Amino acid sequence: MTNPILETRNLTKIYGKNVIFKDINLKVNEGETIVIIGPSGTGKSTLLRCINLLTSNDGGQVFLDDKEITAKGHNADEVRQQIGMVFQNFLLFNHLTALDNVMIGLTKVKKMPKDKAREKAMEELNRVGLADRADHYPGQLSGGQQQRVAIARALAMDPRVMLFDEPTSALDPELIGEVLGVMAKLAKDRMTMLVVTHEMGFAREVADRIVFMEKGSIVEEGSPDDLFYHPKHDRTREFLWKITELYGKKEKEKGAVE
Amino acid sequence: MLSNFFSYIIQGTAITIGVTLVALPFGLLLGLLMALVHTYGGKISNRLAAIYSLLLRGVPPIVLLFILYFILSGKVINLTPFWAGSLSLGIVSSAYQMEILRGALLAVGGGQMTAARAIGMSRLQAIQTIVLPQALRLAIPPWSNEASIVLKDSSLVYALGVPEILRRAQQLSATTQQPFLAYGIAALIYFVLVFATNRALDYLSERTKLPTHP
Repeated sequence: MTNPILETRNLTKIYGKNVIFKDINLKVNEGETIVIIGPSGTGKSTLLRCINLLTSNDGGQVFLDDKEITAKGHNADEVRQQIGMVFQNFLLFNHLTALDNVMIGLTKVKKMPKDKAREKAMEELNRVGLADRADHYPGQLSGGQQQRVAIARALAMDPRVMLFDEPTSALDPELIGEVLGVMAKLAKDRMTMLVVTHEMGFAREVADRIVFMEKGSIVEEGSPDDLFYHPKHDRTREFLWKITELYGKKEKEKGAVE
Repeated sequence: MLSNFFSYIIQGTAITIGVTLVALPFGLLLGLLMALVHTYGGKISNRLAAIYSLLLRGVPPIVLLFILYFILSGKVINLTPFWAGSLSLGIVSSAYQMEILRGALLAVGGGQMTAARAIGMSRLQAIQTIVLPQALRLAIPPWSNEASIVLKDSSLVYALGVPEILRRAQQLSATTQQPFLAYGIAALIYFVLVFATNRALDYLSERTKLPTHP
């Protein structure tokens, strides 16, 4: 078996006296889509931020392609080029057009010539279905469109792994589908993805594995079928039951994500 | 007589504008540096920047002007009254401009920095290409206010003997015993300058505004 692209070993984060998460061991293999679910405040978002070194950890290690990126002296800026991240509130650069949002990492970070960068950026916008919005500013785009541009911006850097931090939580219900659609397509193209979300329909249809986190630790992980139909822990069953009941109606109306 | 008065005082206008054009950009540069240090610097530099701002904003500009003038044109560095006065005014203004820019940097928010770091930018790159272009846009309206204050405060350098508008008006008033006319003309010139400055900056603000609706 090949080594995982991304691995965390005993990753731990503590704020003051609060243990955000402790001893998280996670392996992400090439081409896998892993969905992390769990109640709010269990450290899922902080876990993603620790993985791409936006937040420092308080113990444990993170490996990307078998290299320890949490090692002292490792260039964090270089690591982040290889780990794409999509945020809950999009965080597009407000003073740049959609095209420039996607281009800027290529020209400023990768030092790519402008015309090549533009070509590549248009490709990525096309991939998320927004080539016709290239010259729009974030303020002129809907939330769903902004999030798709944000995905294109991350993809343009050709990352090894994509992290999604509740990418649809800030969206109108109507706009969630277009973002999940783009993500499902990425998963189908075997992009390696680590997704924190409450969209159970997406988790069930697209995830190769689901990780259930609570109170800073992983309670259970397994295939969607295992977790949804044969959970080992009562707490997993309880959480899934509650959230499915809550979202159940919407899921049915929307149908399965493609 | 009116036209004589006017032509004498208006000769000071070039000097008033000159003082402002030295003080404002100098204050902007210094203020921007301090704002960046305050916002992104470590604990100690952050503290120092805060003290800098507190001291400069807590003392009347004219008092600071005398102190700085004493330093700048005294034994330490020997500058002409024009340069010493302009730079002193710039230092005073830097504290206010620092607070304007600091507010703008905070208004842009940490999210933009996070997003820039997430695509592999260094802190410096993120500040240069992502945060500052947005912060400077936000800063234009309050900065326009500061620009008109510096323009008006340039009259303080009259106390250092620089022959700008107010100095000339005072001379005329003393020699002709026509204070109302002399100071009235000075007031009118200041008003026109401030009005034009604010209008120009309003225009700049409008031109650099980011589109929101399709």
